[in-house]
Amino acid sequence: MNRLLDIQRLSVSFGGLHALRDLNFHVDEGEIVGVIGPNGAGKTTFFNMISGMVRPTAGEILFEGESLIGLDPNQVTQRGIARTFQNVRLFANMTILENVMVSQHCRTKQNAFGALLNTKGFKEEEAEIRRNAEEVLGFFGTRLVGYRLEQPASVLSYANRRRLEIARAMATRPKLILLDEPVAGMNPKESAELTGLISKLRDDWGFTVVMIEHDMNVVRDVSDRVVCLDYGETLAQGSFDEVSNNPAVIEAYLGRPLEKKA
Amino acid sequence: MTAAVRAKGASRTKVDWFLLFMRVALLSLIAIGLLAFFAQQLDPNNAFARWRHGGDAAHTLTGDQYKGLVVTGLSQGAMYGLIALGYSMVYGVLGFINFAHGEVFMVGGFTGFIMANKLDEAGYWEGGAFIPAVLFTILVCTLVSMATAVIMERVAYRPLRGSPRLIPLITSIGVSFFIQNAVILLFGPGAKGYPSNPDWLQQKRSLLGLVEIEGIKIVVIVVAALSMYALWYFVERTRTGKAMRAVSEDKEIASLMGINVNRTIVTTFAVGGAMAGIAGILWGLLFRSVIATTGFLPGIKAFTAAVVGGIGNLGGAMAGGVALGGAESLAPLMLLEPLGVEGASQLRDAVAFTLLILVLLIKPTGLFGERLSSEDRA
Amino acid sequence: MTTTAELVTKGAFDLDWRKVARLGGLTALGLVFIALAGMPVGLDSRILIEKYLSLGYVSLLWLSLIMGWLMGKETLLEGMTATRKSSRDAVGGACVGALGGLGLAILGLLINTFDLRDPLVNWSPQTLDILTFGGGVGVVVVWIPICAALGAVGGALHLAPPKVAKATIAAILTVLMTAIFATFIVDVVSPLDFLYSKNRELKLGWALVLAAVAVGFVFSGGGQQLARVKADYHNTTGPAKTRQTAALIVVSAAVLIIIPQVAGKITQELMANIGIFLLLALGLNIVVGMAGILDLGYVAFFAVGGYTTAVLTSPNRGEDWPGWFPTLPWWGALMVTVVVASLVGLFIGAPVIRMRGDYLAIVTLGFGEIIRILFLSDWLNGYFNGAQGITNVPPADFGVFEVKGTDPRSVFYLVLVFAALSIYVSWRLEHSRLGRAWMAVREDESVAEAMGINTVNVKLAAFVVGAILASFSGAIFAAKVGSIFPTSFLILVSIIILVIVIVGGMGSILGVIAGSVVLVGILGGPKQPGLLQEFSQYKLLIYGALLVWMMLQRPEGLVPNVRRTRELHQDEFLQDAWLKGQVDTGEEEPAVEGGEVR
Repeated sequence: MNRLLDIQRLSVSFGGLHALRDLNFHVDEGEIVGVIGPNGAGKTTFFNMISGMVRPTAGEILFEGESLIGLDPNQVTQRGIARTFQNVRLFANMTILENVMVSQHCRTKQNAFGALLNTKGFKEEEAEIRRNAEEVLGFFGTRLVGYRLEQPASVLSYANRRRLEIARAMATRPKLILLDEPVAGMNPKESAELTGLISKLRDDWGFTVVMIEHDMNVVRDVSDRVVCLDYGETLAQGSFDEVSNNPAVIEAYLGRPLEKKA
Repeated sequence: MTAAVRAKGASRTKVDWFLLFMRVALLSLIAIGLLAFFAQQLDPNNAFARWRHGGDAAHTLTGDQYKGLVVTGLSQGAMYGLIALGYSMVYGVLGFINFAHGEVFMVGGFTGFIMANKLDEAGYWEGGAFIPAVLFTILVCTLVSMATAVIMERVAYRPLRGSPRLIPLITSIGVSFFIQNAVILLFGPGAKGYPSNPDWLQQKRSLLGLVEIEGIKIVVIVVAALSMYALWYFVERTRTGKAMRAVSEDKEIASLMGINVNRTIVTTFAVGGAMAGIAGILWGLLFRSVIATTGFLPGIKAFTAAVVGGIGNLGGAMAGGVALGGAESLAPLMLLEPLGVEGASQLRDAVAFTLLILVLLIKPTGLFGERLSSEDRA
Repeated sequence: MTTTAELVTKGAFDLDWRKVARLGGLTALGLVFIALAGMPVGLDSRILIEKYLSLGYVSLLWLSLIMGWLMGKETLLEGMTATRKSSRDAVGGACVGALGGLGLAILGLLINTFDLRDPLVNWSPQTLDILTFGGGVGVVVVWIPICAALGAVGGALHLAPPKVAKATIAAILTVLMTAIFATFIVDVVSPLDFLYSKNRELKLGWALVLAAVAVGFVFSGGGQQLARVKADYHNTTGPAKTRQTAALIVVSAAVLIIIPQVAGKITQELMANIGIFLLLALGLNIVVGMAGILDLGYVAFFAVGGYTTAVLTSPNRGEDWPGWFPTLPWWGALMVTVVVASLVGLFIGAPVIRMRGDYLAIVTLGFGEIIRILFLSDWLNGYFNGAQGITNVPPADFGVFEVKGTDPRSVFYLVLVFAALSIYVSWRLEHSRLGRAWMAVREDESVAEAMGINTVNVKLAAFVVGAILASFSGAIFAAKVGSIFPTSFLILVSIIILVIVIVGGMGSILGVIAGSVVLVGILGGPKQPGLLQEFSQYKLLIYGALLVWMMLQRPEGLVPNVRRTRELHQDEFLQDAWLKGQVDTGEEEPAVEGGEVR
């Protein structure tokens, strides 16, 4: 299997606070990797760093063998890494269709002149964008299509906003998709369903997935490999069972015995 | 905001190169200007000066002229600093630029004009009781400006709490426009003259044998410094001041901690207004004339001063004001004139705005600015 | 939708006295301010209805009417109790009005007793004269019953049957409009001359007739028919809608082409001015409305457009230009102007584009001033002639027809072409890849960046498109006025364009058109007179007040852009969706069924 993402000795500190320290991490093509860790372990910072929103103080991020260090977030997305946000950040006043259309920006190239002259290329590309958008939205059944296409994202329920975020990330046609707590706030039925969809993301769509998740059922069900972070360092990695039985992980989560799992 | 200062090894886009070019160009312009200035001070008839002045020699600045410029810059800067405090405090607490703050300052100046003339008619101004008259005028100006700022907050800004951040800014532009034109309509469009100050204020005085300063400039600087100290004491040492700092960190948490956020915001406006009012009357005493548009440019420049010093930082606002006042007064003769720019003193305002751009290009957080408490304070 | 608020009946004098005091106090303050701002005196010379009503008095009368209406206004909320409309509302309105009148009366007495003319320029016998209708001081007391009556009428609008209320408003508006727009109406349709006396004062008889016509229109159901036509247009979709829209555009274009042919100079001049500001507003709309960048130095591009054209076409362009520097015809200069404007757009845009929204606003304002100061300076005097400006800009010559300031009609046609072009550009771009990217940047810049949009480039594109549209306007302005001075490019212009965009509706092309027509048409541009020429002194005050009022009451503008409305009224929108039964429960639902609901 090809190594898609390779992270070496990655560190970042915010004014003396080490959010990540000497982190080594890799993802192979076609893998689903679950990232777990207690709150404040640096998981979201980790994502922010891959997607170019935070710059590491040291270390290297290789994607398909090329360095991502110093790229702007849009260039990272262009290379093929898409992400969702932990605290859903949709374009709330744009319609659902537009949300997904706009994220195809880096895969399309018609400029202002095409739009002004209404060229053939422009019309074809617009049709293509729309087709892609509907296809991606169709991934979630009928929830986001039909009359909903023209509704603003702000009317969606919480679970559907999460779904739309995933659709928006899918529309950038990435190779690697980073999901930041995809099932947070969903009820068990919804999260079970989404778990199935995450597998489909790889099986049907060919995306490689890295997922931060607190819900251990989801992590267990879909992850090929699990990485546990704490205090910005890798605590353990391996299969779900290996990691979940690792004494260091148990200690990180439980702290002292007799406390409830986070 | 995408990071304005980029990490080492970052890929540079065309825009980055252009910005780098602008920074280098502006800084080298300053460097060359300064070199040319020193060269002209040493030898007015040097080759560079002849080249830039079409074959003529440059005019050197005498020590007295130079000191005069510094003092002018300092007194002007002190006023910018006083106004800047209001911008800085409101920005700290509400996170928006109160564009109409310059008008609060102008209202102070106008009140001063009315008071001063009425007191003059009654024989208190130039005559015997100048000092009590001025103190009384300052008090009234402070109160009127304070009231203006508070009413402004109540009518125009409070209903907009929580709306997208540009909305209150646009509103404040409207408020500024309204106040300015209301003053024109109520009091007429012409310039309003203050009665003349007593001689002992106009006379030049020697300060430690170093500089000769007009008394009024000393007054301006001293009053500004005192107000600044009072404000510092208020913000750092009193309960209300603590509440203000808490609210500027996080309104929601502050209100959970039992702080009355609305009252604190009103206090902020009131205190900022008071400072602007003092600046207004000082402006009137110094230039002895106000006009309805007086508030506009000093307002923008005071904002510039607040940014130069690091917005949200009160000491910075004062330092920024002095820096801006100094730059504005010195740069035309010390940078532009040696470079052969004709009528350089017309470009004072352009210098102020260029300084703003330069600071934002090189150090967006300002000279003394710390990171704002949250990256995107909405 | 009907709300099911519980209605309570209250006695006529069982008023909310705090509200009365508040609104009454506001009315009094407002009236005193209007009086001291000199509106009654300044506007008294403009007679609206022959012998009976001058604009000066209207400036004192309208406030009580509106405040009286506000007194009775109560938002009906689902499940809350509300008061049944009754004579109580009229009484409340009357009280509010009376307080306002009391304010004026006291002002009158004070003017008579004290002399505050020193600071307050309108503390004058003339003001007193207006307040007393030329009679003795005691007459000022009359304002109390007058304002009370107006307030009562305002309050009574709530309890009158809707048709009566509508008819009243229609009658008042028709008469006022016909009187205010006298010059314009006669200028366009000269046979209507008979409505007015020779000073363009509406004759009382005709005023009554017009009022009657308006009332008749409302009662015959004319309003409803209009509303129906409008609703029909909104509800049609598909090819039928395209056809209707096309027809609408053709008709309005025809009207726009014909009007200047039949109308006189005043109208032509007015339409040319509206066009110039419309061009500017359309450009700013792209920057502020679509991309969400608050550019306060927009006038810089207008100035660059004007100066570039002037320098390239005028023989008086300044002495320091090198000999090889060409003199071009207008259209040739326009090409260069567009290029120069885009470069300046990039130059100003690049340093500010990464700044936060509010810093950007001030820095662009700074750039606007720097550019004006440079044009004005001695330093560049050899190029731009400083304060004297560049004169003798030749007319734009197109062979078959020449566009020059003395022939406003030609200017209007030129402006019309460019306005049509700009509208087309705005419309096409809004619904393109670039337009969507602008929207995303406006909504959430960092997420847009993470979704693969190069926000810097996209925002720069908005700056450049805006700059180009403004430079069109500048080029036409140069040809129209025939000379270019630094004083035509004050910050004021930026602000006025901003007001136009905001009043019209940010991001809404139709709104911007409406905004330019209404504001520039009625109040006028920074220096250009509008239909209310008498208002020129009060124009800027009104612009400022409008800006604040719009932001507080209707931030989405007169003709809102759908998306902006959502942004600003998200809660209400969600309520609507809930009431329409389109609540998203997150459950899977058949799309067809939902389609029917919509």
